Amino acid sequence: MSRGSLSTGLNELLKEANQLNPGGSLRLNDSMVSTIYSRAEEIAGRVVTREGKPNIDWDKKLDDILTSRFFGFPSMLLLLAVIFWITVAGANVPSKILATGLFWGQERLTELLYWLHAPAWVNGFFVEGIYRCLAWVVSVMLPPMAIFFPCFTLLEDMGYLPRIAFNLDNLFKKAGTHGKQSLTMSMGFGCNAAGVIACRIIESPRERLIAMLTNNFVPCNGRFPTLIALAGLLVMGVATSFGATIIVVGIVLFGIVTTLAVSWVLSKTLLKGVPSSFTLELPPYRKPQIGRIITRSIFDRTLFVLRRAVCVAAPAGAVIWLLANINIGGVSILAHAANWLDPFGQMLGMDGYIIMAFLLGLPANEIVMPILIMSYMATGSMIELDSLEALHRLFVGEHGWTWLTAVCMMLFSLLHYPCGTTLWTIFKESCSFKWTALAALIPLGVAITVCFVVAQTVRLLGWA
Amino acid sequence: MCVMENSQDDYPANKIIRLWDLPLGKSATVNSIQAEGITRRRMLDLGMVPGTIVEAIRVSPAGDPKAYRVRGAVIAFRKEEAHKILINFKGE
Amino acid sequence: MGLINQSCGIGAIKENFGKSQFSNADHVIALAGNPNTGKSTVFNALTGLNQHTGNWPGKTVLRAEGRYIHQGLIFKLIDLPGAYSLMANSMEEQVARDYLCFGRPDATVVVLDATCMERNLNLVLQVLEITSRVVICVNLVDEAERKKIQIDYHALAAELGVPVVPTAARDGVGLDKLVETVSGIATGRIETKPNVVRYKEEIEVAVRKLEPKIKKLIGEAFNARWVALRLLDKDQTVIAAVEQWLTRKDGVLTGMEGVVLA
Repeated sequence: MSRGSLSTGLNELLKEANQLNPGGSLRLNDSMVSTIYSRAEEIAGRVVTREGKPNIDWDKKLDDILTSRFFGFPSMLLLLAVIFWITVAGANVPSKILATGLFWGQERLTELLYWLHAPAWVNGFFVEGIYRCLAWVVSVMLPPMAIFFPCFTLLEDMGYLPRIAFNLDNLFKKAGTHGKQSLTMSMGFGCNAAGVIACRIIESPRERLIAMLTNNFVPCNGRFPTLIALAGLLVMGVATSFGATIIVVGIVLFGIVTTLAVSWVLSKTLLKGVPSSFTLELPPYRKPQIGRIITRSIFDRTLFVLRRAVCVAAPAGAVIWLLANINIGGVSILAHAANWLDPFGQMLGMDGYIIMAFLLGLPANEIVMPILIMSYMATGSMIELDSLEALHRLFVGEHGWTWLTAVCMMLFSLLHYPCGTTLWTIFKESCSFKWTALAALIPLGVAITVCFVVAQTVRLLGWA
Repeated sequence: MCVMENSQDDYPANKIIRLWDLPLGKSATVNSIQAEGITRRRMLDLGMVPGTIVEAIRVSPAGDPKAYRVRGAVIAFRKEEAHKILINFKGE
Repeated sequence: MGLINQSCGIGAIKENFGKSQFSNADHVIALAGNPNTGKSTVFNALTGLNQHTGNWPGKTVLRAEGRYIHQGLIFKLIDLPGAYSLMANSMEEQVARDYLCFGRPDATVVVLDATCMERNLNLVLQVLEITSRVVICVNLVDEAERKKIQIDYHALAAELGVPVVPTAARDGVGLDKLVETVSGIATGRIETKPNVVRYKEEIEVAVRKLEPKIKKLIGEAFNARWVALRLLDKDQTVIAAVEQWLTRKDGVLTGMEGVVLA
């Protein structure tokens, strides 16, 4: 038998198939689907019997509230608010315990190295650089992730999530995308990398890419502490936590508006196309398997956070420590770079140190604040201040912050670019350098534009 | 609204209308699908073949999409899609 | 546009679908079902924590594999993506269909939602077109009971020609029977005679003409009736997959390539 004879055989078969069904005249697909469904109907008719109606139609009752004209949106917002509240409030205590434990471990490591007579740079590089950054990321990220995601998994298991897409689809349709994007955004509040993976539920490749490229505009658990601290600074002395909450909510809403706007622009330009077919099943509500979900989800999140800490935060810690501790002409490389970036930072309503903190915070957004405080105080290792007053003294008192600085930093934090893990996830999901680069550059462009416009307008009007 | 012109106009008891115009709580049977390509195939996959009973059960608080019961499952269709499905509606 | 399909083309799948990668298991079982049927509950209940997840080769579709041991035999369970049909209108459907056809599992469990039989049977009938080694798992029977739905499982098995096992996977009800039946199918102890859907006469005539020729060309590697239907439907993904398979076989026959499949 000669090479290729089998393939030739196939070609002949195809030709024959074409002759048997010229120009698709059999309407094969329609006919087959109809036949299969009528057979399914026939079988179901023979084997299934219904003894009257169930006593209470819970699905209908629940949906009458959760997707109703009056209660649909409020109940959705309420649920989200409750999850946020549980996450923020619930994460506080375990975060503190973890931080205390991990930083206690740091002191013991230092003592051990001292006892071993290790040179100072070893302690600096490994303990104050790598270990500290690792400890930071774990203590900031683990508790909120371990609370937020089980909550969402519960909603998913109950069958509620598709209702969110059902309620909000019209908004996304107008932006040229799919209602399921609302779900990927909700996941993004927990972690943008998870949000990007969640984009798989969007079937159309075009709409999925838009959802991936814009997921960054919802602030994740890593950025919330920064936003909350800055909001606290803004209202300090004027209002209490209530004022800060309003500001954070405002920022989140601005992020959602930006998501829709950028999605709209993308679906009109780079990712042009008609909205794909929208078919969304609203499954029956089911009793969630609470115990299983909680254990499983916490286990998964813990693994995720730890892996990320080791792969991303540890190297970042090393680089940051080197930059902050290698001096040229008596000034650290970090400070040199910050000075060089200062005019650019000022243009955007911030300063060089803030820009530098964002740059170094690329691997993990939760270390932006610690880097900034470190570089302001020239301490050489990341630190946190224990009170808002201390933060106020450092930022406003010593480094000349105005309210504009805080606002611009919040905006930049909300918009700038996804963290390293998220970018890596986007690359894995899209298999494309181009879209990964755009996933960083589009938000960066938006962030620079927004901060520039805000800063220049405010200054022009003489408000700050 | 949006009633299709057809020869049986004298029998308002059985009209061909678009799925989108089916009032909530009412049932009808699928007449034909006007979509082509992947949209058509997906609708067929969901069981929207001629003769299938569909019931309009709810509308999103944003006015679009609407949810229909099709062969035991609840499926939401956007206005654009529900416009491409013609149904035989027996009226009130 | 179409980037995910482009950059991770379909060619990538079939190469990895050969059974060899599962050589450490005695039997490979595929788990299929509509979305929202409690398929993953069945998967979790059978495999426990003995599972790992990844992606289908070249696809951003989650792939979960697990293992369980029954009567000293290792069963590898592949959780296929949830799909309403196997017409390959979405990536999930395509992955599920390609695996059933080209992965050739030893048995396939189709999980059904007892409260929604008619819709779920659509998928069952399509699976039966590809493979006869099928076990039907009617899940969520507890919920059906609550909704006052009764199902005659014997009649269902007779209609389909394959075994039917009712389960309430959430509470572990019926899983022993399921495992037992799967083992029976995989080892060949249980023989099935699926009742395949007959289409309208024009289609059947065309299929009858093509089927023997396909059998001659590809042997018993794939279900000839199903391939005939796909060729008539001009299904490009199936045509490409068969072509690729044949090209390799050509290579083997002429001694140009050392790759042996199937």
